[in-house]
Amino acid sequence: MDSKVEPQRQVMRLRGRSYIAFVFSPFMPIVNWLEEIDATLARSPGFFVGRPIVLDLSAVDLSSHGIAHLVSNLESRGIRVLGLEGVEATGLDAGLPPVLIGGRGCAIEQAEPKQVEDPRPPTPSLLLQTPVRSGQRIVFAEGDITVLGSVGSGAEIVAGGSIHVYGTLRGRAMAGINGNAAARIYCQKIEAELVAIDGYYQTAEDIGETLRRRPAQAWLDGEVIRITPLN
Amino acid sequence: MAKVLVVTSGKGGVGKTTSTAAIGAALARDGEKVVVVDFDVGLRNLDLIMGAERRVVFDLVNVAQGVAKLSQALIRDKRLESLWLLPASQTRDKDALTDDGVRDIIADLRTKFDWVICDSPAGIERGATLAMRYADEAIVVTNPEVSSVRDADRIIGMLDSKTVKAEAGEQMKKHVLITRYDTGRAARGEMLSIDDILEILAIPLLGIIPESQDVLKASNVGSPVTLNDAASLPARAYTDAARRLNGETIAMMVPTEQRRRFMDRLLGRRAA
Repeated sequence: MDSKVEPQRQVMRLRGRSYIAFVFSPFMPIVNWLEEIDATLARSPGFFVGRPIVLDLSAVDLSSHGIAHLVSNLESRGIRVLGLEGVEATGLDAGLPPVLIGGRGCAIEQAEPKQVEDPRPPTPSLLLQTPVRSGQRIVFAEGDITVLGSVGSGAEIVAGGSIHVYGTLRGRAMAGINGNAAARIYCQKIEAELVAIDGYYQTAEDIGETLRRRPAQAWLDGEVIRITPLN
Repeated sequence: MAKVLVVTSGKGGVGKTTSTAAIGAALARDGEKVVVVDFDVGLRNLDLIMGAERRVVFDLVNVAQGVAKLSQALIRDKRLESLWLLPASQTRDKDALTDDGVRDIIADLRTKFDWVICDSPAGIERGATLAMRYADEAIVVTNPEVSSVRDADRIIGMLDSKTVKAEAGEQMKKHVLITRYDTGRAARGEMLSIDDILEILAIPLLGIIPESQDVLKASNVGSPVTLNDAASLPARAYTDAARRLNGETIAMMVPTEQRRRFMDRLLGRRAA
């Protein structure tokens, strides 16, 4: 007998998302403004490459044809215009970028792109040779954290990878914060206030009394944190 | 070479001021030239414990702001002539102190004394960070109970990050001083044990000061406990602690339950 398999219907999902765009505000005469752009490009070529650019045309009065000319002028400099702002949408050529509204100002880093690329690969682990004291918060999203000493009550260790404590873990340890469910937490003595892996956590209350003060590891079993002795 | 020492704890009421006065006096009695500096601007106490409250004219804030000269603000102790006090202001608050002002005063005191002992205010805010900022060494005072020990741990973290010495990449020498150690409660297991405290804080032990009425009696008469009754248990423990600071090796006494039998169990642990 044949079993019929209904093709799964894909549901279209709409999602909202916000991005940060550079806003250019051209001024009259446009020629001078383009010279300024050229000067910026001469200082750091490729500064605008791949960055979303929005043209704010409220300071200039351009026809649809004039806008198209400006957009193509920018395009010839490698600057692609994502949208327009400060003009009426009606009467604009359909080939022009869409008119955006509702933009809000925000700070953007003005840092020029780094000239020297670090040739070394990013360090996958962070070694702390001193105890982590109450009130200290160590965050290393790039990989593992190893502590040669204890982690005090009220201290917090946050790692993208696993956490190794060669001492007593009394504070909080959060491993696999970037969605790494395979991350684990190891310590020589567990008295933790909280352990978390990939967002799942257990507080001190949940950690069995029989485990306390013993070497232990915490790992994620599905959606449940397991804490097991190490010896 | 002068040594600048900060007496700090995070938590209030653990015995910073009592310890500052007692250790300062013990060092001075051993012939060192000592100044104790009250950093608790707004809530000064050290002048009372030292019995100098009626002789305060100028204070730390006046000197920091250039209103008075250091020599005008320093008060010489009436009992020991190598012991001096630089009082805090009671009418101002901690914001009256500036980083530069404190730096200059400490630098000046270094040229005049063997020991500059800074009595830190409680807390982790400006007053406490300025008191520790220019120190070479620290005494972290704690009581044998969890909240005090956790606060001490926090303060040790700050000593290792917010002091000039730490910022220069050097290791600051730190000692833990356990105060108000109650022999009766220790015997009944009602306090954190010495071993637990040392395991949590992971810094060397400078001394264990027993809980005693002698401390209260001494502060009521305005005298450091080491001068008021030098033979009392806390006085002897403080004197030993001061000598360890000065580099002597003295076996650690753990106060025990029996009265009149303080010459007791040796812990076998040595001071830093």
